[in-house]
Amino acid sequence: MKRRDFLRNTIPATILPAFVNGHTVTALSSSPWLSALTNFAADTDHVLVIIQMNGGNDGLNMVIPLDNYANYHNARTNIAIPENKILKLNGNSKTGFHPAMTGVQELFNNGKMAVVQSAGYPQPNLSHFRATDIWMSGSDSNEVVNTGWVGRYLNYEFPNFPSGYPNANMPDPLAIQIGSVSSLTFHGPAMGMAMSITNPTSFYNIVDDVQDPAPATRAGKELTFVREIARQTELFAGSIKKAAGNAAQQLPYPNNNQLADQLKIVARLIKGGLKTRVYMVSYTGFDTHSMQTEQNDPTIGKHANLLRELSDAVKAFQDDLAFLGIEDRVISFTFSEFGRRIKSNFSVGTDHGAAAPMLIFGSKVQSGILGSNPSIPSNVDVNINIPHQYDYRSVYASILEKWFCADSTALQTVLLKNFQSLPIIQDGLCNGIDDLNKKSSNNLISAYPNPFTTQTNVKYITQGGHTLVQVIDCMGRVVKYLVDKEQIGNTYTISFDSHGFAAGVYYLRLQNGPLQQVIPVLKTK
Amino acid sequence: MDRRTFLTAGSIKKKSLSKSNNTGARTNSGIAPYSGSWGKNEVVHLLKRTMFGAAPADIDYFLSKTMDQSVEELLTITSPLPSPPLKDYDTSGTQAPDNNIDTGTTWVNDHNTDDVIGERRKSSFKKWWIGVMLNQPRNIREKMTLFWHNHFATEMASTQQARYAYKHHTLLRNNCLGSFKALARAISIDPLMLVYQNGELNQKGAPDENFARELQELFTLGKENNPNYTEDDVKAAARVLTGWQNNEETNTSYFTPERHDTGNKTFSSFYNNTTIAGVSGDTGGDAELDALINMIFSKGAEASKYIVKELYRWFVYYEVDEAAEQNVILPLAQMLQDRDWDIKPVVMTLLKSEHFFDVANQGCLIKSPIDFVIGVCREMQVKFPDNSEYTTTYGLWNSLLFNCYVLQQDPGDPPSVSGWPAYYQMPSFHELWINNNTYPLRTQLTDSLIHYGYTINGFQLKIDVIEFAKSLSNPGDAKSLLEESLSILYRIDLSETIKEQLKREILLTGQTNDYYWTNAWNTYIANPSDMMAYQTVSSRLNELYRYLLALPEFQLS
Repeated sequence: MKRRDFLRNTIPATILPAFVNGHTVTALSSSPWLSALTNFAADTDHVLVIIQMNGGNDGLNMVIPLDNYANYHNARTNIAIPENKILKLNGNSKTGFHPAMTGVQELFNNGKMAVVQSAGYPQPNLSHFRATDIWMSGSDSNEVVNTGWVGRYLNYEFPNFPSGYPNANMPDPLAIQIGSVSSLTFHGPAMGMAMSITNPTSFYNIVDDVQDPAPATRAGKELTFVREIARQTELFAGSIKKAAGNAAQQLPYPNNNQLADQLKIVARLIKGGLKTRVYMVSYTGFDTHSMQTEQNDPTIGKHANLLRELSDAVKAFQDDLAFLGIEDRVISFTFSEFGRRIKSNFSVGTDHGAAAPMLIFGSKVQSGILGSNPSIPSNVDVNINIPHQYDYRSVYASILEKWFCADSTALQTVLLKNFQSLPIIQDGLCNGIDDLNKKSSNNLISAYPNPFTTQTNVKYITQGGHTLVQVIDCMGRVVKYLVDKEQIGNTYTISFDSHGFAAGVYYLRLQNGPLQQVIPVLKTK
Repeated sequence: MDRRTFLTAGSIKKKSLSKSNNTGARTNSGIAPYSGSWGKNEVVHLLKRTMFGAAPADIDYFLSKTMDQSVEELLTITSPLPSPPLKDYDTSGTQAPDNNIDTGTTWVNDHNTDDVIGERRKSSFKKWWIGVMLNQPRNIREKMTLFWHNHFATEMASTQQARYAYKHHTLLRNNCLGSFKALARAISIDPLMLVYQNGELNQKGAPDENFARELQELFTLGKENNPNYTEDDVKAAARVLTGWQNNEETNTSYFTPERHDTGNKTFSSFYNNTTIAGVSGDTGGDAELDALINMIFSKGAEASKYIVKELYRWFVYYEVDEAAEQNVILPLAQMLQDRDWDIKPVVMTLLKSEHFFDVANQGCLIKSPIDFVIGVCREMQVKFPDNSEYTTTYGLWNSLLFNCYVLQQDPGDPPSVSGWPAYYQMPSFHELWINNNTYPLRTQLTDSLIHYGYTINGFQLKIDVIEFAKSLSNPGDAKSLLEESLSILYRIDLSETIKEQLKREILLTGQTNDYYWTNAWNTYIANPSDMMAYQTVSSRLNELYRYLLALPEFQLS
C-alpha cells in the first residue's frame, strides 16, 4: 500500500505505525501539519520552470552595474546602455536593468524576483556545446557527466520510473520540455525522465496536432496509422491533452513572442492540473557576436529585443499565474550557457564569456539581489572575464532543498557533491513534506546502507535467467560487475565493496531480460 | 494449436481504430521491367524488402551495380548454408544428458530423448536463427526462408525433437527459390510437419484429416473460391496420406505399407472427379503422394494465384487491388505455371518490375518484428563478438530473440498453422504488428540499444552511434549527417522544417550555425580518447538516433 493511501485510509485509527521525522503521526493528528501530509497536493505541488536562453546571454547588459558605471561604459562604449536609460530598482541603487525589461523591473519592485549575480563555475568553458552540457548536467568544468541534474533528481525521487507509471501518485509526466526534443537536463541515469520514453511525438503534436503531413500514398496511409497508434500510446498524452483542454481563461500574453507562447502553455498545464514538477522552455538568439545593439542606439537592436521578449513573457506569465491562483506554486529561473566578454568587440557585439546573472521569479522567491556587481577594471583587456561569485549548482541545490524539500543525502546524490545553500527561496515551504514516491512501485534493486563508506549490501530481485548488476560511474562507464550470470528467479543480496573507488555517486544497474532499473548510491569518505 | 481450435478461438480482431480516410494511391504499373532511375532510394527499397534492413555496406555494394545485376545477384544464392546451431547449454537437471557431444559443437547429428535437452536445443536453434539472419549473406535467402516458414507454418512447440526443426528449416532454406510444387511435396512428409499436423498418426481405418485439409486450404490452393475443395476431398486426401511416420533416431520420416489405406480415392468435380488408385507395397506412399500433389497442382490457376499473392503481400504491399490483380498477380501466376512452379523467375520478375519500384509501393510495408529487430541491428551496424565466443554470442542473440517474441513474432513458433495474422487477417494485415503494446516496446528496444544496450559476459550489445556516424560520408556536416542517416533508415522523407528542427535542437543544441557541430565533431576526431570531446558528440548523436529510431517513419520499410 502506498504511504499516502495508507495515511488516508487510516486517519480515524488512533495509532499509526508510522513515524514522520521522528514524530508519531498520531501525536500530530490534530495539527495542520498532518493535514498538510494527507493533503493530496502537499508533496507535489511545487513546480519549477527552467528558462534556457540559448547562445550565451550578455549578462552585463541585462543586469547593469550602476556603482561602477564609468568602467562598464569604458569597457564597451559601442554597446553600453546610457546611464539615464537604465531601469532603476526599488531599494537598490547599485544595480539596474536593461531598458527593455520593464516587466521584469516591475516584478522586482513587487518583490517577486531575485537576481543571483555572477553565477558560473571555476575554469569556465567557452564552447556552446560543452558549456551547455555543463549547465545541464551540473558537472564541473573538467568533468564529464552523462546525465542531467533534473534527470538525476527525478530518478532519485521516482526510482522506478517508467515501470509502473503513470500511477495514482504521479499520473502525469515527471517533466516536460516544451517544443523541443528532450535535453540533457532531463536525462536520468537510465533514461530520459521527461515526457515519456516514447518521446518523439512532440509536445506541439499532442496539444495542437501539428506534424508533417503524410503523403497521399500507401506509405502515407500506413504512416498515418502508425502515428495514430503512437499518439494513443504516448503514456502521458491523455493527461496532457486533458490538462491543456481544461482551458482555464488566461490573461493575455504578448504576441510574436516565442517564449511567451511556451510559458502560456506551461501556465495552462499547471492550472489544468498536471502534477508535473519541472518544465523547461528555451529560446535562442543570444549568441550576439555582432550587431548586438543598433550602432547609433545601444538601447535597441537584437539583444534588446530578446530581453524585451524575456521580460514581457515572464511578466505575463507571472501575472497569469496570479490570476489563475497558482502563483505560490511556481518558481522559474533563467540560465544561459555562459555570459559574454566584458569588453565589446568592433562588430558592435560581444564574444563568449563566463559568469552571468541568473534571474529567479516567483511569489515565494526571496526577492532582492544576491551578491555584488561584477568588478570591472578601468582598463579592460579583451580576455578578461567575469569571475563567478556563486556556483550555478548552488542555485540548483537551493531550489532542490528549499523548493523541492530534498534532504542532504538527496542533494549530494543529485548534485554529486555539496554546494552552498543560497537565500533565494523563502523559508518554511517544506514543513510536513514527506517523500512518498521513492517508496512506491516495485524496487527491483536497493542498497543498504546508503550513503556508505566502503561497503553496502545490494538487494535485487531477478525473474530468473541472465541477470546483470553493474556499477556505473557518473560518466556512464561500467566500473564493476557485481553479477553477470544465469540465476534462478529469487531475491538476492550481494555486497558491493567499493574499496579503491573514489568517494562520490555511483549507479547500480540491474538488467534482467527486458527489465532494467538504475539507482544511485552515494559513497562518502 | 490446430486449425479448428484456432478458428473457434476467434482470430485476432482489429482494435477499434478507425481506418484512415487516406486510402493510398493506386497504381496501374505492371511487371514490365523497371527502367527508371537507379540510385540510393531504389537500392534501399530493394534491400529493405529482400533482406533484413539496408545495411550501409550492402547499399554501397549495389549502388555500383545496375538494377538487373542487383536483383539477379540477390536471387543467385551461392553462399553455403550457415553452419549448424551449437550446444550452448549445460545438461543440469536432465535424465539423458547429451554428454557425448561437447559444448560449442553442434547437436544436430545427435539423437537424444530427454525433454529438457529438447527444450534447450530448440532454444539453441532459435538463437542460432537470429544469428543467421543477422549475419545473412548478401542474398534473399533469409527473407525467403521466413516467407516459407510463414507459409508452411509449423510450431516447434509441437515436438521435443529439435532436430526435426533444424531439418525442416534446412529444407525451407535449401528450396527457398526452388519449385513450389516440389517444396509442397517435401513438406508433406517432413518430420516436423508430420508431428505438427498429426500426419504420423494418420493411418488406415483412422485417418487424421488435419494435414490433408491444410495442404489444400493453406498451403497450396487457398480458399478464395470458398472453398476450392469439398469435405470429401479432405477425407480422400487424408487417406492418400496414410502410413507416414517418423523415426526420431534417424531424424527421418518413413512409410509403413501396413498403415496405408490402399483403397482407391475419388475426388470431387473440383478435381475433375479424379481417382487416385490405391497402391500397395513400399512404394505406395510415394506414388500416391505424387499423384495427390499432381492433382492439386493441376489446379494451376488457383495454386499459382494463391502463392503469388502471398509473395506480393510479402514483398510489395498487403492490399491487392484490382489493378495489381490484373497487371501483376495474374501474369506472374501464369508465369509460375509456365515455368513448372519455379519460384525464382516469378520473384525475379516481381522485384525487377515497374510495379515493385513504383513510388506508390515504396515505404508502405510495416516492418514485422523480426524485420525491425534484425534490421535495426544491421542498419546501425551493431557489433557482435567473434563466433568463437559462442556462449556470449548466443546470449546476445537470445536477447534479440526475446524482443522478437514480445513484439509478437517468435521465429519457429507462429501462433497457428495459418502463420502470423499480419499476413492473412483482413483488413488490417501488417497493421496488426503495431499496437499500443508493441509500439512502445519497439521504442524501448531501440532506446536501450542506444543507451545501455544489453550486456552479457561483459560484452555490451549496443548501437555505437559514433561508429555509425563515422561510416557516413561527411559526418562533420550536420545537414549531411542527418540527410545520409535518413537515406539509410527511412523510406519517407521528413520535411525540411522537421529536419531543420532536429538539426538545430539536437545536433546544434539550439545554435543556428552548423559550424558548432563541425567543430565538435572535428575536435573529437582529432582527440578520440578525450572523454569530453567524445561525450559532446556522443550525447548529441545518441539523442538524434534515439529520436529517429522511435518515430513512426522508422516502422515502415
